[in-house]
Amino acid sequence: MDPRPGGGAVKVTGAVREQLPVAGPASVRPPPGDGAGGGARAPGAAGEAVGAPAERSSRPRRPATEDPAWIRRGLTALALGFLALFVGLPVAAVLSEAFSKGAALYLAALREPEALAAIRLTLLTAGIAVPLNAAFGLAAAWSVTRFRYRGKDLLLSLIDLPFGVSPVIAGMVIVLLFGARGLLGPWLVAHGCRIVFAIPGVVLATVFVTFPFVARELIPFLEAQGTEEEEAALTLGASGWQIFTRVTLPNVRWSLLYGLVLCNARAMGEFGAVSVVSGHVRGLTDTIPLHVEILYDEYDFAAAFAVASLLLLLAVLTLAAKQLLEWRAGGRGAPHGSRS
Amino acid sequence: MSATRRGVLPGFGLSTGLTVFWLGLVVLLPLSTLGLQTARLGPAQLWQVIASPRAVASYRLSLGASLGAAAINAVFGFLVAWVLVRYRFPGKALVDALVDLPFALPTAVSGIALTAVYSPHGWVGRFLEPLGIRVAFTPLGVLVALTFTGLPFVIRSVEPVLADLEPDVEEAAALLGATRRQVFRRVLFPAVLPATLTGFSLAFARALGEYGSVVFISGNMPFRTEVAPLLVMTRLEQFDYAGATALASVMLGASLLLLFAVNRLQRWTRARAGAP
Amino acid sequence: MSAPRSPEPEGGRWPGPRELLLFTALVALGAVAGGLPHQRAATPGGTVELLNASYDPTRELYSEVNAAFARDWKQRTGQEVVIRQSHGGSGKQARAVVDGLEADVVTLALGWDVDAIARAGLLPASWQQRLPQRSAPYTSTIVFLVRKGNPKKIHDWPDLVRPDVAVVTPSPKSSGGARWNYLAAWGQAARRGGEAAAREYVRRLYRNVPVLDSGARGATTTFARRGIGDVLLAWENEALLAVEKLGPDRLEVVVPPVSILAEPPVALVDAVVDARGTRPVAQAYLEFLYSEEGQRIAARNHFRPRSEAAARLQPLPALERFTVDEAFGGWRNAQATHFADGGTFDQIYAPGGGRT
Repeated sequence: MDPRPGGGAVKVTGAVREQLPVAGPASVRPPPGDGAGGGARAPGAAGEAVGAPAERSSRPRRPATEDPAWIRRGLTALALGFLALFVGLPVAAVLSEAFSKGAALYLAALREPEALAAIRLTLLTAGIAVPLNAAFGLAAAWSVTRFRYRGKDLLLSLIDLPFGVSPVIAGMVIVLLFGARGLLGPWLVAHGCRIVFAIPGVVLATVFVTFPFVARELIPFLEAQGTEEEEAALTLGASGWQIFTRVTLPNVRWSLLYGLVLCNARAMGEFGAVSVVSGHVRGLTDTIPLHVEILYDEYDFAAAFAVASLLLLLAVLTLAAKQLLEWRAGGRGAPHGSRS
Repeated sequence: MSATRRGVLPGFGLSTGLTVFWLGLVVLLPLSTLGLQTARLGPAQLWQVIASPRAVASYRLSLGASLGAAAINAVFGFLVAWVLVRYRFPGKALVDALVDLPFALPTAVSGIALTAVYSPHGWVGRFLEPLGIRVAFTPLGVLVALTFTGLPFVIRSVEPVLADLEPDVEEAAALLGATRRQVFRRVLFPAVLPATLTGFSLAFARALGEYGSVVFISGNMPFRTEVAPLLVMTRLEQFDYAGATALASVMLGASLLLLFAVNRLQRWTRARAGAP
Repeated sequence: MSAPRSPEPEGGRWPGPRELLLFTALVALGAVAGGLPHQRAATPGGTVELLNASYDPTRELYSEVNAAFARDWKQRTGQEVVIRQSHGGSGKQARAVVDGLEADVVTLALGWDVDAIARAGLLPASWQQRLPQRSAPYTSTIVFLVRKGNPKKIHDWPDLVRPDVAVVTPSPKSSGGARWNYLAAWGQAARRGGEAAAREYVRRLYRNVPVLDSGARGATTTFARRGIGDVLLAWENEALLAVEKLGPDRLEVVVPPVSILAEPPVALVDAVVDARGTRPVAQAYLEFLYSEEGQRIAARNHFRPRSEAAARLQPLPALERFTVDEAFGGWRNAQATHFADGGTFDQIYAPGGGRT
């Protein structure tokens, strides 16, 4: 894997590469019609064209960094087919049900006071859980990928553990710990602090369930990236905090963003764990997913799916924000931008 | 630097301390109650709970369907990530957004939506029914639900790594006369294998514990389509905390074991691939 | 990453960490700001709040009762009362109350669940004697919901075990309503032919069940919307509600000649009302259920009221109903014999029929 030079070294490699024949195959890569999809993401294409024509004639075979069109189309079709079957159809089912009684009823379902209360609670929960887990994720990824120590595999597995815990069990253990008959519950109640069947419990359950997301996105990335840049910065006299904010953070920003987006989506959509600890008090401790369940159980299917589609909308909005950042970054370091 | 050093970079104490503290507070402390509750059962009772034929049947279904779903996700997740990173096609941004939706939808909603699509009268189910394929209310339905819930894991693990691969290596290999297939096998595949494995293990672990979406589509028939988390729930409904935690501990042990194994395997593949 | 290829110097358009931090901070701030006003405002003088933890099929009933009681209470005392509702599976709700859900009153599906709360010491074991009619202001029974026109000609319990009939009922392990279904099936068979016949009957009945949902409403949806099965076993009030909401043109109710007398109990949670000082209003709330108005609301929601005047408003077909106490010697026995681990229900599904 390529050791990425940081800081000033960048320009040097860039310049060197332009003069080397290595850039050759790249020029053949993007067929004309291919670059249409996302102009923002084709930063390399123009620059790489330098010195290409001569190169092409010298190499009779198809460059090994590009797939033939039929493979490209075939794979794309296969991937899209898979997504359509497993994600597209269920999502379409939700939307068609949501609008089955017309747009007016759709909006009415969202304007109900109890729906609004559920939306507020969900936003609050995600707003607390996501930053907390982001901070943790950065610390954990730094620790796990930048140092060698015994028990690291175990630590990694423990970080993943909340994925392996059934959300229902996650809720249950929180009740067992903080409930009226739990380990800490009686003491907390005596001090006027209520956790389960109140908002803190909902937040806690969400933090538990979304715990590994950011760390899990960052670790493989930092692992693949190696430590050369940071070590270089260290030899140049940068402090730990400087290395972290100036070198590491800019490098991981896309992974971090993915982590945040996923963590946020899951935090807002969590059902099982929250269902156990919330107590289902309408208008007080109901989150969007719980409100969906209530409506569904009242045979109000259109309203249930309308509120559920709101979660889709929130997810799409977060993704749009992500896309916007990618677009603003102009493809520099954007995950999809480097290749076509 | 000497081999015994942890590493040259600063922040070991801070980052590891923070990690362990937060992990302990949010995850391990609550999970410790599982052990405490389970300890209330005597060994004989414990064995009776966790080794009853019905429980064993549910482990088999949960493990099998989770493995299957994770495998499907590993293959197709890699494919989707590849297509999203390497190719351009109209509507790519939309497809990209679609990938995260399984996380955003509450599991119960996914379950209901999947049942609506795959039940005998559903959009897809009605075409499968004449072919003799039943999805909803069979183990196949469990597989579909688990594939759905774990879908984003592999894609989102592989995507950044794939996007971050420097073209130089591929180009160099090509210059040295490697065919496309060789480049893929020798260069690309080893580079993204760790991320794929991560995604696989996460999808598996998540599937093992999945409850909300499965109950709607599985039919919950004992010995046939009853998953282990449902058994836990059932015991909970009967105020049997000890029995519930005993079963939960078994599942937790299984997923911990698998996560641990994959983390080891990953380290091994990385060492073999000669990564930094 | 393509950063190195860019002709631009490092640190150009996207400062990275700062924007990321900003992104996170904005999301967090927006969310917290949006969420805060949601915190319950301190109850202004004169307003009292009650929480009623109930089971699933009573949503419509209690939203009507709550409004009527608030009006009544305001008239009598001048005090505003807000009643919050929490609904869920009966057993789950009981567990939540035991674990600290501060419900002033519980209105559950079966006495067994209130007993569980009593065992935790939150209300006295004699709770059932504190209100008239064994603390059950309204009753119901278990009936059959079939497709319009009753194509499979299902009229009585023996029809359910015909090989050509598929029956939908939730799992009695996880659903309170399903336990009533099970006991109704067992009890009527035992009356016809004794214990052994009952065992054989329920065994054959559950052989005809293609899907065991975890809750009563889930089972109704499976039957009515997914088109699974020929007959749904359900509470009478649930069946009538399902016909009303899911299509009078597609479903109809069949009342068998014999079924069980379901008595969903209500109770005050002493520990909570004493701690919150809400005993008088909570007591009045439960008593309101027995009033003529409360009984009329129950009748309107397809329950069978105790008051005969209210029952005449919305007459339901007569049938013979046996009680849990008569047929099973009380809930404690029924629970131990039929639904506990290794009980008769587990035996149906045990391979070889005997072991757990």
